[in-house]
Amino acid sequence: MISKRIVLKFPNTMVDQPIVYNLSKLFNLEFNILKASVTPREEGLLVLGLKGRERDFQKGLEYLKRKGVTVQPLSQDIVRNEDKCTHCGVCVSICPSNALTVDGATRKIIFTNENCIACELCVPACPPRAMEIHY
Amino acid sequence: MAKTVAEINQKIKQGKAVVLTAEEMIAYVEKNGKSKAAAEVDVVTTGTFGPMCSSSIYINIGHTRPRMKLSGTAYLNEVPAYCGLAAVDLILGATSLPDDDPRNKKHPGEFMYGGGHVIQELAAGQDIHLSASAYGTDCYPRKKLESKINISTINEAVLFNQRNAYQNYNVAVNTSEKTIYTYLGTIKPKLGNANYCSAGQLSPLLNDPLYKTMGIGTRIFLGGGEGYIAWQGTQHNPLADRNNRDLPTEGAGTLAVIGDLKQMYPEWLVGVSLYGYGVSLAVGIGVPIPILNEEMAWYTAVKDEDIVAPIVDYSDAYPKRKSGILGHVSYAELKSGNIKLMGKKIPTASLSSYSKAVEIAETLKLWIQKKRFFLSEPVKPLPGPKSGISIKSLKESK
Repeated sequence: MISKRIVLKFPNTMVDQPIVYNLSKLFNLEFNILKASVTPREEGLLVLGLKGRERDFQKGLEYLKRKGVTVQPLSQDIVRNEDKCTHCGVCVSICPSNALTVDGATRKIIFTNENCIACELCVPACPPRAMEIHY
Repeated sequence: MAKTVAEINQKIKQGKAVVLTAEEMIAYVEKNGKSKAAAEVDVVTTGTFGPMCSSSIYINIGHTRPRMKLSGTAYLNEVPAYCGLAAVDLILGATSLPDDDPRNKKHPGEFMYGGGHVIQELAAGQDIHLSASAYGTDCYPRKKLESKINISTINEAVLFNQRNAYQNYNVAVNTSEKTIYTYLGTIKPKLGNANYCSAGQLSPLLNDPLYKTMGIGTRIFLGGGEGYIAWQGTQHNPLADRNNRDLPTEGAGTLAVIGDLKQMYPEWLVGVSLYGYGVSLAVGIGVPIPILNEEMAWYTAVKDEDIVAPIVDYSDAYPKRKSGILGHVSYAELKSGNIKLMGKKIPTASLSSYSKAVEIAETLKLWIQKKRFFLSEPVKPLPGPKSGISIKSLKESK
């Protein structure tokens, strides 16, 4: 079994297709929608947690690519600009998934990318705007 | 035995001064006692780094040909600056916003750029676009000016902050049903989080609670360079309630500080955007405290457990200026990550960067050890509790 979080971008012509349903139905993949944004006449964006057998996972990804969906790992999603972060820590209580925590010894703020669910709440809450969205 | 600032400076010159950060002083006094600490330690360095809204610069851009007396409002990267001064002097405040910034029209506003950001970019040596107009006079005929300016070519660029380094501050909570957006950050409903803003045990004024060594003319670390305490800050309130260590249990003393922006650094003057509130400038300040006697050794051994801050409801009591503190909590508790209030465990977050405060205290220590920074004797102390000065609210009249 593997579990990964991925970012899907699909063209405006595809927003009416049951992509996620098929991922589950055809490839037996468990999904958790972390974020979805579908705007008429624009491209759709979906952040998914996907879980399943390695083989099914690869087949699922192939299906998505065949359909013209761009697939990226979520780790590219929210990036901390290290030059801008002042390590104040105001993001810590905003983050719902413990991706932003305080190091007890140094009082520096640790960004644990694997815990990030790309909710983006930290982005406007950060005073020096160090949290950036990279799609 | 009591020491003088002159004697300490002599030791700095000889490379013999013992300098500790306010964090190191805690363990030193605990181990050796205040008498030995007073005899052996010469200077304790402090630090704080956080948004400080009453910050500004004044600049003199140099005269144009033909001459021009700037009038009304000038714009620095589209951020309004005040020019109700002599011909080419300007003042830019940290919270100034471009005229076309949408503010909170769509709440919460983003406040991406303003005075604080211009100050940071100017300090970084970036070109800033100046746009100004004038009504024209016989001696100053020019009416329009559009030009790039740079810190290296203008006459003066001076950081002058009217209120910085607050001695203690409120902890903001929200008892209402909806999220609020404040200068202490985003505060979630139903006591969802508690935000504070102080370096606690490293904070300058919490290490000299009765202002016995700090005053007008005290040389300090300011924005990565050298600066001075110019005056007490606005809203300076020495009469605030204090505990048995003379530490205020609410906002109390403040500092007005000044220094040459040309020798400061953008990493210590950071433009910040406070979601739904506005823009500001995060300022790095560090004050060296001469350990003149046992009392100062004891004061500078203050630790987070000793300092308490008031918890204030920013959804009601604060905006309506009603009395009613929900409780007090120590900085040790705040830094633990959670506090308890009304039977609820509330996650905490800081707007002040403690790791930057440590870096400031360490830097100041190094400067003194390297004999490139000497202490100065204040010309006049800051007003203390016996000065009669206290904070007032506006008495409105028509």
